[in-house]
Amino acid sequence: MSQLQNFTKGFFKENPILVLVLGTCPTLATTSSALNGMGMGIATTFVLIGSNVVISLLSGVIPDKVRIPAFIVIIASFVTIVDLVMQAYVPSLYETLGIFIPLIVVNCIVLGRAEAFASKNSVLSSFIDGLGMGLGFTMALGIMGSFREMVGSGSIFGYKFISGDGILVFILAPGAFWVLGYLIAIINRLKRT
Amino acid sequence: MEYILIIISAVFINNVVLAQYLGVCPFLGVSNKVNTALGMAGAVVFVIVLATIVTYLIQVYVLDKLGIAFMQTITFILVIAALVQMVEIILKKISQPLYQALGIFLPLITTNCAVLGVAILVIKKDYNLLEGVVFGASIAVGFGLALIILAGIREQLELVDVPKGMKGVPLSLVIAGILALAFMGFTGIVK
Amino acid sequence: MAKTESTFKNMVLSLTLISLGASASLGFVYELTKEPIALSALNKKLNAIREVVPEFNNNPDEEMFRLATGEGDSLDIFPAKKDGEIVGYAVNTYTNKGFSGYINLIAGFKPDGTIINISVLQQKETPGLGTKMADPGFKDQFIDKNPSEFQLKVRKDGGPVDAITAATISSRAFCDAVQRAYNTLEKGGLK
Repeated sequence: MSQLQNFTKGFFKENPILVLVLGTCPTLATTSSALNGMGMGIATTFVLIGSNVVISLLSGVIPDKVRIPAFIVIIASFVTIVDLVMQAYVPSLYETLGIFIPLIVVNCIVLGRAEAFASKNSVLSSFIDGLGMGLGFTMALGIMGSFREMVGSGSIFGYKFISGDGILVFILAPGAFWVLGYLIAIINRLKRT
Repeated sequence: MEYILIIISAVFINNVVLAQYLGVCPFLGVSNKVNTALGMAGAVVFVIVLATIVTYLIQVYVLDKLGIAFMQTITFILVIAALVQMVEIILKKISQPLYQALGIFLPLITTNCAVLGVAILVIKKDYNLLEGVVFGASIAVGFGLALIILAGIREQLELVDVPKGMKGVPLSLVIAGILALAFMGFTGIVK
Repeated sequence: MAKTESTFKNMVLSLTLISLGASASLGFVYELTKEPIALSALNKKLNAIREVVPEFNNNPDEEMFRLATGEGDSLDIFPAKKDGEIVGYAVNTYTNKGFSGYINLIAGFKPDGTIINISVLQQKETPGLGTKMADPGFKDQFIDKNPSEFQLKVRKDGGPVDAITAATISSRAFCDAVQRAYNTLEKGGLK
């Protein structure tokens, strides 16, 4: 597989949310606006790249039987770094995302990539894989966030384009489930043709 | 009275899956059959209560004492992972029937974000140990409730002819959305 | 590269080394971000205070003191001073009567008890309904009113406050929080 394919697979063919349906919790929780969704996506991308690179560097040294705990320690360290940095420099975003920042650690995508890709591939490929997967995740969150924000509050990235309210249910929990459900259904339909 | 408030609010009003979006993966994954849903619900209650107790004690007696609360995420996830493994080994040794009922769900629980989520929430909300345990148990019951309802609906829908693209995950998500809408009716019952 | 064997010694050694590396780098990042985090928390507080009291040139955070509410707890009071003279008090107040429970407000009062402005710090009310309490359309009706003659009650309860449409409970809770702040100041003999 060329590096380009390696990079783009995260967007369409193996998009973590829309195709593999991994990491649904943060997807549903943080996409009430476009900005929140993308903020979450970028935080996750950083963790993915960091853990992928470090794990592929160390994969030769870590004995097989303890690889999962070792991976978890590495991932959790990167999550904590993101947590601290966001708290320091983007406090308002940190507050809206709240508990879902530390919960990146249990996002199946991160451990999944570590186990399935980074532990078996070179540092460069792992870096590109992390970047591609992370941006694919960010893209999906951005699309969902934009849609929910547009319909739910009549604004995009905070700029209001209608007066009054949108269809509130879309920024509440039910809307999150519905939008993701239909988005995956559309992708399923496209995949078959 | 305070405990009743915690219970009602955690089970119905702020239902862990339908209002707080935690534990959605297993919620979609093991909701085909009511029986599996029951098994998973049991395992989750068990692990969440245990994990809440252990992580609470670690937070209070280790992390806070040493002033290294920023190590919370890394410590909690390791403790939970180890705990789940230990529970699995102990169950296998002492109770075969229980192990057979819950065993296969245990490895899945480490990555259930509800477990880590509850552990962090208990610290964030400044609960004491007993409140934390009650809160954790009610969250788990809420998770089980949502899971079993969804499984019941999905069993009924098995033979229904739905568009191909909607089969599986999309349909479950749409049903979950309707359930979330129903659960929103509970908001405001605790004043 | 030859894979390290899974001997006991190797397993313990590699895990120890990884944990050491992880803790060291985390400690480093923690030291690095400690100050910016404290600073941004302080700024947030000062900004909220600035919003609800007239211009001041002291540090209200350093001169903060606590007053008992008479309900068994106390509120944080931030005195704003201009050239040593009190121009207002910012009161960090709360209510548990919101539609979804806890709401945290900061209310600014002139020394005679007149409300200067109010800012919502934290709330979990229904988006688009109760959340409108933070909009000028609702909270501006409190500006320049003195609770000694302006009853903090919504019209439904016989008071002068226009409730937010379809969110009477949130409006009532808002009044409750402001009333608590006022009562506390009055009790402390500060108005």
